[in-house]
Amino acid sequence: MDRPLIEIKGVRHAYQTQSGRLPVLDGLKLAVPEGGFSAVVGPSGCGKSTLTRLIAGLLKPDEGEVWLHGELVKGPKSIVGMAFQNPVLLEWRTILQNVMLPLEIVSTKMSRHEREDRALHLLALVGLEGFEDKRPSELSGGMRQRASLCRAIVHKPEVLILDEPFAALDAFTREDLWQTMHAVKAEEPFTGVLITHDLREAIFLADEIVVLSGRPACTQYVMDVHLKGPRDIEHLYTPKSADALNILRRQIQIAQGRAPAEEVAQ
Amino acid sequence: MTWKQIAVPIAALVIFGLFWELLVWVNGWPNYKMASPSDLWPAFWKFRWLFLEYGWDTLWRTVAGLVLAVVLGVFLGMIMGLSRVMRDALYPLLVGFNAIPKATVVPIIALLFVGQHDMNTILIAFLISFFPIAVSVSIGLSTLEPEYRDILASLGASRFTIFWKIALPKTLPEFFGALKVAVTLAFIGTNLMEIVEPHGRGLGHLFDSGKISADYPLMFAVLIALALMGILLYYVVVAMEKVFAGWAERAPT
Repeated sequence: MDRPLIEIKGVRHAYQTQSGRLPVLDGLKLAVPEGGFSAVVGPSGCGKSTLTRLIAGLLKPDEGEVWLHGELVKGPKSIVGMAFQNPVLLEWRTILQNVMLPLEIVSTKMSRHEREDRALHLLALVGLEGFEDKRPSELSGGMRQRASLCRAIVHKPEVLILDEPFAALDAFTREDLWQTMHAVKAEEPFTGVLITHDLREAIFLADEIVVLSGRPACTQYVMDVHLKGPRDIEHLYTPKSADALNILRRQIQIAQGRAPAEEVAQ
Repeated sequence: MTWKQIAVPIAALVIFGLFWELLVWVNGWPNYKMASPSDLWPAFWKFRWLFLEYGWDTLWRTVAGLVLAVVLGVFLGMIMGLSRVMRDALYPLLVGFNAIPKATVVPIIALLFVGQHDMNTILIAFLISFFPIAVSVSIGLSTLEPEYRDILASLGASRFTIFWKIALPKTLPEFFGALKVAVTLAFIGTNLMEIVEPHGRGLGHLFDSGKISADYPLMFAVLIALALMGILLYYVVVAMEKVFAGWAERAPT
């Protein structure tokens, strides 16, 4: 088998705080094959966001290695796209200009016209056709998050990092966006890491779910979702999904220290 | 802009003037106690050329002081906003300096650079007005959410690119808020110096002349002229804000 596109090996990281060193990651490992989509779940404050910054090259681990596409990550590279819980759109730009922002940084051979076409194509893909000239303040939370998603993939990044992008949305909008994600992945294949607190979201979107332990976090449990590619919302209500949900919930309880580890060791 | 947006403030000014006139008339105050608006026109007319000449002096000195305040205030704000160490180092100094009444700085400056009327006046206008600009820019920059930075940083953008494309435009609303405060402060600075300096020019000097010759309507006329110039400059800033930071204004819902 080929080498995974994202490979994280034995990463340790600690933050310097006023009360001393605060270790957040301790022996984390993660491997995502090309075209794979891994969800990372874990208790609050277990260092999930630190993980995204490590993959993006915004942070250097104290120990261990992060590899992207067979290359050791030493600093930020333009092959990464990011989206956060806060859509962080630039209020002084139109939606189209916001989506085109990464193309102003990443060197591309595209002409201005081609860039615009690309951005418009993505906006149509996520259902924002006709909103390209609006300002972010004129859009709803879900629409802003869609635009943020377009911006994250406009430069065709090899790796898409999603840090709880749907966490602040209401339940219906969230389910809408889950389906949008599958539509986007079908048309614009990417290798992705999704940080989330929502186990249903992880089961619906990812093909592999990684449970992190409490802080300092290591990889505690990895679940293969078996199902690849697009799926319906009904998929969440099959007995198989219910079983997976139960296992994940137990794992989170262990990570939180609310259940003993040996009880569910299988 | 609708006619209402123009008519309402003008109506307020007229009502204010009428109320003032009435107050003076009811109390029977002579004009050496309190001039009424009807006393001001003769004063304006009598000294119309001086008003034009000195008004221009005051205006350009104030604007020059403001430009200096914007340049140095933004520069200081950038340093403090982008560097934690510089923020810790400079804030006490700036706050301390700003707490000093500028009226006490005026004679110091006047003695330091004797006879340099223009420079002294501009200097005081600058000293009194750069503080809000420096503070607002530094707050705007230091409160930038890390995600904004990460979006460009993860693409390998330089610090300058991030500053230019995100941090700077995002700080503009705060900057213009501070500039509105700075405009009125700068006028105070200019006039402090113009009033104190002997053989000076500008509306402050005209005020002083009115005081010496006990021409009370003239003194009031100067104050009104200053108020009008303050309003004028304020709306220039508002217009600039509309152009450069109009996006921050939400459409009424």
